[in-house]
Amino acid sequence: MQTVKMVITGPFSSGKTEFIRSISEIEVVSTEREIKEDTAERSEKDQTTVAMDFGRITVDDDLVLYLFGTPGQRRFDFMWEILAEGMLGFIVMVDSTKPETFREAKSILETFRAYAPTPYVVAANKQDREDAWAPEDLRLALRIEPSVKLLPCVARDRESVRDVLLELLYTILEEMEMD
Amino acid sequence: MPLHGNLRDFSATQVFNLINLSGRTGTLTIFEGIPTGEKDGMDKEKEAPGAEKAKVIFKTGKLVHALLSGQANDLIAVLNKAGKLTDQQATIMRDRAKGTGDKALAMRLIGANYVSQGDIVSSIQQFVLDVVYNLMSWHSGPFRFDDNSLPQEDRIYVPIDLENVIIEGARRLKKDEELLSAIPNLDVALKFPENPKEKFKGIHLSVEEWRVVSFVNPKNTIRAIAKANNMSDMEIRRIVYMLEQAGLVEIIAPAAGSASKSSSTSSRRAKAQQPIKKDVVSKLIDKIKSI
Repeated sequence: MQTVKMVITGPFSSGKTEFIRSISEIEVVSTEREIKEDTAERSEKDQTTVAMDFGRITVDDDLVLYLFGTPGQRRFDFMWEILAEGMLGFIVMVDSTKPETFREAKSILETFRAYAPTPYVVAANKQDREDAWAPEDLRLALRIEPSVKLLPCVARDRESVRDVLLELLYTILEEMEMD
Repeated sequence: MPLHGNLRDFSATQVFNLINLSGRTGTLTIFEGIPTGEKDGMDKEKEAPGAEKAKVIFKTGKLVHALLSGQANDLIAVLNKAGKLTDQQATIMRDRAKGTGDKALAMRLIGANYVSQGDIVSSIQQFVLDVVYNLMSWHSGPFRFDDNSLPQEDRIYVPIDLENVIIEGARRLKKDEELLSAIPNLDVALKFPENPKEKFKGIHLSVEEWRVVSFVNPKNTIRAIAKANNMSDMEIRRIVYMLEQAGLVEIIAPAAGSASKSSSTSSRRAKAQQPIKKDVVSKLIDKIKSI
C-alpha cells in the first residue's frame, strides 16, 4: 500500500478543517479542542485544531491520499514540520474576508516553502461571501508571484475543494515534467 | 482488522493521534525493520517486521502502558528506576515477591509504608512516558495496532491523556533536533577551560552531570563517555550542551573529515525530496476528477 500526503495549511480560522471535511471519504479525524483562554481568537470560533486534522481519499487498493490539516494557531507551530515531512504538495488557505490575516498567511507560506521545495497552491477561501477580496487583489496583497496558482475556493463546497486539489496535482505533474 | 504500516510513512505522533481520537483499545507493536530488497512505489526499500522493539497499550484512546523489548517493566523495576526503591531494596523485594502480581505487590508495599499510592502512580506514569517519548523519536520501523488486544499480565494501568503526550513529545523532538544540530558529532572530545576551578565554584551539578564531568579528558570522546555512563546519545548531548553553555567544558573540534553527521532535520529534508512517480500523480488526478 502506497500512501501520499498533502498538507492543508493557513492561518487560524481560514477553513482548513472544513476543506478536508468536504472531500475526505472518512469522517475527518480532527483534534479540535476548546480554546480555554479568553482571547480575541475565541470570538472567531470556539474550537481550534491542536495537533492536526486528518482526511483520506482511497484511489485503489494500492494507493491512498492522506490530507493533513495543520493547527492554525502559532503556539502549535512545532507540529508543522512534523506534518510537512514527506508531503507531495501543500495548499495555503487564506480567508479572503480577513485582510488582517494576510500577513500571517504569507508567513506560513514561506515557512512551509522552507520545509520542503514541494509544489503548492494558494486557495482564496470564503469566495461566496460578499466582503471577500477577489483572488487577483489577494495576489497583490500577499505578493504572490504570477507563476503560483491562486485559486478561488469555498471550503464547504465539495466541487470547489476538488478543483483546488486538482490544480495542485496538475502543478505537481507540471513540475515533474520540467525536471 | 489490525492497522499496520511503517513509522517512516506514518509517524508515532500520527498513530497516537488516530488512536486517541478514535478512542481505541488495543496494543501497538513496533518491530525491527528487516529490508526485503524490494522497493515500493515511492522508491523506498520495503521492510518486513522483525523482532519486537516496543509495545504501547491503549484503553479507550488513553495511553495505559508502554515497554521496550528486553526492558524489565514489573512494578519493582519501575519503582527502582524512579528512585523509590534502592537497588538493594529492589533485589530483596524481587526475591520475596516471587510470583506476586503487581497489584498485590503494590498493596503490600503501601501497607509496609515503603511507598505511597501517589508514588506508585507517578512512577508508572513516568516509566510509560519515558518509553513513549523515546519511541516518538524513531523514524522508521514496521508497526501493527491490534484492536481490543491487551496483554494478559497483572499490571497496574494508569490512564494518561494522549493529547498532552503528543504535544510534549513533539516539543521534545524539536528540542532534540536543536541538540543534534548543536552537537552533531559524538566522536569529539571534551576538555576543561583554562581556569576550571573558578568556573566550577558555586555550581550545582546533578549526579549525571558530575558523572560526565568526571570523564572529561581530551582522550575520551563524547560517545565513549556516554557508553561508560550507560547514557543514550540524546542524554549525553543534553548534558554536554548544558556544560558547554555554562562554560564548564569545551568541545574539541573534530579532525577534518570526521565532522558532522547529518541531523534528523536534514534527513527529513532528504525524505521530503524522495521522488514520486508520475503515474501515481495521474492516478490521483483521475480519482479526484471522479469525485
